[in-house]
This record gives sequence, C-alpha cells and structure tokens, in this order.
Amino acid sequence: MIAFLLAQTIAITGGTVYPVSGPKLANATVLIRDGKIVAVGAGVTTPSGATRIDATGKWVTPGLIDGAGQLGLVEIGAVPGTREGFLRGDTIAAAFNVSEGLNPASMLIPVTRIEGVTTALATPLGNLVAGQAVLIDLAGNTIEEMLVKSPVGIVADLSESGKNEAGGSRAGVADRLRRAFRDALLYERRRADFNRAQMPPLPESPPDLEALLPMLHGQEALIASANRRSDIETALRLAREFKLKLVVAGAQEAWQIAGELARADVPVLVEPLDNIPSYDALGVRYENAGLLAKAGVKIALLETDTHNSRNLRQEAGNAVAYGMNWEQALRAVTLSPAEIFGVADRYGSLEAGKVANVVVWSGDPFEFTTGVEHVLIRGKEIPLKSRQTELLERYRKLPPSY
Amino acid sequence: MRPSLLLLFALAGGCATGAARPTREAGAAPAPAQAPAPAKQAAGESSSVDRQQYPSTYRRHPNPPVVIRNATIMTAAGQEIANGSIVLKDGRIVAVGAKVDAPADAVVVDGAGKYVTPGLIDEHSHLGVYAAPGTDAESDGNEATNPVTAEVWAEHSFWPQDPQIPLAIAGGITTIQALPGSANLIGGRSAILKLIPARTVQEMKFPGARYGLKMACGENPKRVYGQKGGPSTRMGNMAGYRNAFAQAEGYRRKWDKWNKDHQGDPPDRNLKLETLAEVLRGDIYVQNHCYRADEMAHMLDLGREFGFPFRSFHHAVEAYKIRDLLAAAGTGAAVWADWWGFKEEAMDGIKENAALLQQAGVRVNIHSDSPSGIQRLNQEAAKAMYAGIRAGIPVTRDQAIRWVTANPAWAIGLDSLIGTLESGKVADVVVWSGDPFSVYSRAVQVYNDGWLVYDRNDPAHQPRTDFQLGQTPGPGSDR
Repeated sequence: MIAFLLAQTIAITGGTVYPVSGPKLANATVLIRDGKIVAVGAGVTTPSGATRIDATGKWVTPGLIDGAGQLGLVEIGAVPGTREGFLRGDTIAAAFNVSEGLNPASMLIPVTRIEGVTTALATPLGNLVAGQAVLIDLAGNTIEEMLVKSPVGIVADLSESGKNEAGGSRAGVADRLRRAFRDALLYERRRADFNRAQMPPLPESPPDLEALLPMLHGQEALIASANRRSDIETALRLAREFKLKLVVAGAQEAWQIAGELARADVPVLVEPLDNIPSYDALGVRYENAGLLAKAGVKIALLETDTHNSRNLRQEAGNAVAYGMNWEQALRAVTLSPAEIFGVADRYGSLEAGKVANVVVWSGDPFEFTTGVEHVLIRGKEIPLKSRQTELLERYRKLPPSY
Repeated sequence: MRPSLLLLFALAGGCATGAARPTREAGAAPAPAQAPAPAKQAAGESSSVDRQQYPSTYRRHPNPPVVIRNATIMTAAGQEIANGSIVLKDGRIVAVGAKVDAPADAVVVDGAGKYVTPGLIDEHSHLGVYAAPGTDAESDGNEATNPVTAEVWAEHSFWPQDPQIPLAIAGGITTIQALPGSANLIGGRSAILKLIPARTVQEMKFPGARYGLKMACGENPKRVYGQKGGPSTRMGNMAGYRNAFAQAEGYRRKWDKWNKDHQGDPPDRNLKLETLAEVLRGDIYVQNHCYRADEMAHMLDLGREFGFPFRSFHHAVEAYKIRDLLAAAGTGAAVWADWWGFKEEAMDGIKENAALLQQAGVRVNIHSDSPSGIQRLNQEAAKAMYAGIRAGIPVTRDQAIRWVTANPAWAIGLDSLIGTLESGKVADVVVWSGDPFSVYSRAVQVYNDGWLVYDRNDPAHQPRTDFQLGQTPGPGSDR
C-alpha cells in the first residue's frame, strides 16, 4: 500500500543521472521530499534523516511514460467483463471519459511499474470518436490518486478501422468528423435554442457535443489515430480547418511527410517495432521514428501491448537501432510524452519541483542486461513485487508450497 | 487395376507401408540418415497412396565459398570463439575455429566486431498461412469447419509471396515450422520450410523434414466450437482427441495388416486417419498448443494411452509449474519471453519460464507465433536469459542461443542438420552487427544453405516479394 501524504525525504546518491532536460550528471544526487524532486546535481548534500538509496554505478532516469494502451482499463484481453475502454453504441463518444473505468487494483500495474514504466496514457478504443484519454501514474489506491491529468485529449479514429463507423469510406470518416465538429460549434452558439427545443435535435448527444468544445477551442488535443499518409494529411487538414491541437497516433507512414509534420508542429505517437504491412499502411517501417526525429518532429514512443507496456524500453532500444539517437529515444519515453500530454510542468524530467517519478537502473535502460533496482512513484519507493514475482517464488522449487 | 499394387509394394520393399508410408520425403539436398527413399513413381496403374506425396523441389542456390573472419562465433554447440572464423562451401559449414583454411576462391567477409550464429529457427510461425496484408482473403490458417482436421496441410495454405517473409529473413530466420492455427483440437500438418524467396512452397520445403501435427488445448477449440456442436468444455476437448486417435488405431491396424499380407483390396484411404496413424507410428511429431500446466499433464497421459510422444508444447506459459514432468517425458517447450494475460489461460506467464525449464533439463525454445516477434527472436531469447539470471537461475549464453537455434532444430527433428555451427552442418548462418543479445544489434548477413539471402548493406541481397512491387515509395526507400 502506498501512503501518499506521508512526509519523507529520500536521497538517491552516487548514480549517473539523466535528467533529460539537461546533460547527464556523473555521481549526482536526486533529492526528493514529500513526493517532489527538490534538487538534482553533483553538489547536492543529503540532509540528515533522509532515506538514502545508493545508486553508485547505476543509471537514474525519470520514470518512463507509455503514450498508449489500456493500463487500468483491461485485466484479461479475452474476458469482456474485465475490459472498460470501449463504449458501445455511441459513434461520437466524446463525453466518454475512461477515468471511472480504471481499476487501481489491476494486476497489470505492479507488473508494469517494477520494470520502470511509471506513467501511462489510458486510452478509449473503438467508435469514430472513442472518448477521452487520461494520464495515470501506476500507483494509488483510488482513481483520484492515480490520475495525473484528465482528460488529456479526445481520441478519434482516422485509420481504416474508423470507416466502420462512417459508412465504409475514408471520405465518410472525414465528413462525419467535420459534421460533428460543426454541430458542436452550432450547439455552443445556440445552446438556449436547443434547450428550448427550438432546433431540431442533432445526431450527437448534447454531452458529446459539450465534450468536443474544449478540443475545438484548442484547450485539449485531438489524438487522431491515422496510419496511411493520406489519412495523416486528412488529420492535418481537419486540424487546420478547425484550429485544433493535433496529435497523430500510430502514424505508420508519417515518415513520408516528416517535414510537413515538423513544420506544422504536430507531435506523433509511434510504436517503433511496427512494420507489418496492411492496406491501411503499406509503407510501415522500422525507420519511422528515426526519420521523424531527424526531421525535427516531436515524438513519443509507444508499446501498445498493454500487458507488456514494460517493453517500452525494448521499443526505445530498437528505435535507436533503426535511426534515433539514444538521447532522442530517452526523451521520447519521458519528457516528450509529458510535453505532448500537457504535463511537462510536473512530469518527464528530473528537475526541482517535478513529481518524483524516478527509476534506478543497473545500466542502460534500453538494454536487456539491465534490471530495475528502484522505482519511485510520487516520491515513494515501490516494492519490486507483482503477481508474477509471487508465482516465481512459489514455483522456484518443486513441488510448490501452497 | 488392383493386382498391380502387389507388384508395386514388392518393389517398394521395406518401405512399403501403404498409407503408413512415411510422409517424410527425400529431396535434392542431403537428407537426414533416416529419410526413406522417394516413393516409386508408378506408371498409370498404381493408386494415389503409392505415388510421391507432395515432395520438396528445393534446390540449393549456387554460391561461392565464403569465409567470415575475425568474428565472435557463437556455435550453439558449447563454444563462443573470440576472433574466430567460419568457412561455408557447397551449402555446408566446412570449418569453424580460431584458425581455418579457406578455399582460394572464397568470398572474404570481415567479421571484426561482428557476431556469427546459426540461422535462427522459429518452431511456431504462421507466416504464409496468415499472410500480410492480413485480409480475410489471406486468412488461411484455421480450417475451422470441424474440430478435427488432421487431413489439412499448412503447406497448402502457404503463400510464398507473403511480404512478412523478407522481414523475417532480415531478422536472421532461416527455417520455420509453419503451423495451422489453434481453433481445432487437431488442426492439421505443419510445414517445415526454408525461409527463402521462392515461387512455390515446394521450393521451400526442407528436404527430408518430418511433418508436425498441430493440436490445441484449452480455450480456443471450446470457444470456436462451443456453439457449433462442440466441444464446449475442456473435458469435451479431451474426448475429442481420444475419439480421433481411437479411430486412427483401427485404421492403422487395417493398413499395417494389408501392407504385411497384401490380401484382397487395400483399405480405403482416409486422409484424416492417415495423418493420425502416422503419429501413432511415430513418423509425425505432435506440436501441441497448450498453456496450462494441468492440461499439459492430461496431454502427456493421452500420449501414454495411445503410445505416442508429444514433441513439444507450444506457448506453454505454465510449463515452469510442471518442468519436472516435461523433463521426465522428454517433451520440449516452445515459449515466449514475456507474453501473458491476453486470455485467462495465459494469466500465469512469467519471464523466468524459459530459464526454469532450462534448469530442469527441458528442451526449451523461444518461438514467436507472430510476424513481428519472428523478426527479433534473438532479442526475445536475451530477455528470457537475463530475466533468469536476474532471478538467480543460471543460464549461459550458449544455452540461450540454443533456444532459438539448436533446440527448435531438435523440436522439428532436424538437429543433425541445422541449429549449430559445426563442420558438416548446413550453412545456415547469420552475421550480426554486434552481440545478438543486445537491443542495438541487427542481422547484417543471412546465409541459407550457403546462399546470401540477405545483406543489410547491399540492396542486391534484400529480397522483395511480388506483393511489394509497385508501391510508392518502394519499401525501405526514403522519399
């Protein structure tokens, strides 16, 4: 159990610290008090009474942030009763915020955080507008304790799968989204008339229309799944028409228009180990992240297999193998997702004032040789235990003792 | 017409087993010692059973000798040779060691800083049968029309133009077992294939390889058939296997008797029972999709009832719980490094599964079951190795490289030919940019039977399937 309000000072000393916001610091200290980072540097003194974590010879980074998946929203993929990320029967489900579907007791959460992922986007699935994604820390006894930001943005599907909700054509997808956005703006202008039933009802429900407005006013992001180059360009077109803050997710063929994305200052969420061609994106390739980074596009890396969000670091390592540089890849699993999701004032780097999500690694976090030695979420050290570590201990010797 | 059969079987001599004829066929390349002579091609008057059954037409691609020098050679046979060299000639490894003699005409590859391993082998792949681009038109892996379809063969679904094939080659894969899916209790025969560019699957069939029989436990068959006449329970699954093999026993008896005495007409062929009879004779390996420990124990009992071994359990996420039973039965396990939780029977997956199995003496291998995972089996082996080491379970680098080379070679019965870097073995060889257990390393060259099928630095050796032609921009090229 994690007590959140207990005052505690922790000093992580002697490690090589990768603040991400600045160059790496040899033999540095990360000082944490009451859940926040209060100092980072080589000259930081450890106050007496502080709990000391010796990180000599270790690497210290911010906790990793996975910009995808359904952590907290799914327990067993094939068991519908354990899935909370999809709202049936609402094509424009803009008002569907997944928060209250989160399960703080999910067994996936310890499995994931003990391998260095401390924060994740919990995203709705399906429909044309799937709903509102939220950012969560992988700790906390209640939904309120887990939430970092809600909502982070409205998720819409401009990929092939979205067509099912829009008459079966990509043109239908764009048209349907445009109408929904216009309806929301119309609703906003004539709310009183709608409420007095002076206007014919719109196809979208009033709560969904209301929920689209912050996005249409640029206060929240549109997180658009799009893979084919032309679909990404459609997302860019919609963003221009409605002055949206766009984030492209999936983005398999984004490398083909990397310069355009960079000029438009549109960030992308990409899964580096994504290269199986489909008619949605024949041009999908391993070099996507590297080519986007080279063009100056802001990137967050994803591991979309929720049960193995812990493999985010393998994704990052492979992004390096296929063209990103190492520092870019580390940023793409820490500070860049924090910036894209609008929490960089609190998350994503090791700097005074930020939330103390910190991981101590035995070495390079992307390498298979490396293990996690300490995980802190909001300044509390997390025991390195999960259902899987318990299974290992039970069956380490046979016969097991039940 | 019938009398001629007698003559035919007389000619075929000891191999005359009728429907029992081993389906292992000999092909062009050197075959394992136990491979039978090809079935006689009889003119006109014989029956189908006496003719060749879907033979391999594989031919070794002509290539010059190659010597790779000054590399770290991971032999998967107990040794890691620093600054070693390896010589490939006429499709075989002819020398491996610190010092080797190379033919004068050998192509010299500078291996400085590089690592060399055997070609990787994936014991569980659906390449070609679930081809990209993943449409219904290409979904050919599950003949989900009956829970027992022992009569179907994966090779007859396999599409050699699957664009996933060159991706897997670029990941260092040289041999796969292409399997039917797991919808059925008994899903059909696997195909053991050399992963090379080809027009037909026959050109890819590994000469002399035995077939596998895909079986499936647990959730999948009962989910698929629960509303379609059953089975709808695990006990129904079990009864389904037993009924099938009980029928096969009678079929086998009939054919064995007829093959011995040739009295009267031969029995009618039944393709379903023919495959199962070959399992009973030990000529086809059983490759069993099975997640839970308790179900694997039932399957071992099934094998005891009908007198056949289980070659390996696939996925086997709970294999670590019964590693002693698997070791005693001599049954291998093909596992993932870390997949878990996508269904209930996968809930108890742990990352130390492979390491615990290794420690218990089980022949464990890391399989993919995925067109994505097959491209990095080396990384998956690395994850599983280091997970074991971190948990205090000893695993050597040689053991871990064997998880993706020698052990899957054993599981498909080809360990005398492939899976290690030793003189006399087939020249299936991968050159890596660095330690294959590092996330940053990539295959730079892949040799299949001595043929350079992939070279990361030479577009002339980056095969592309027909499917990939005409795309704009071309696959792998920057705009």
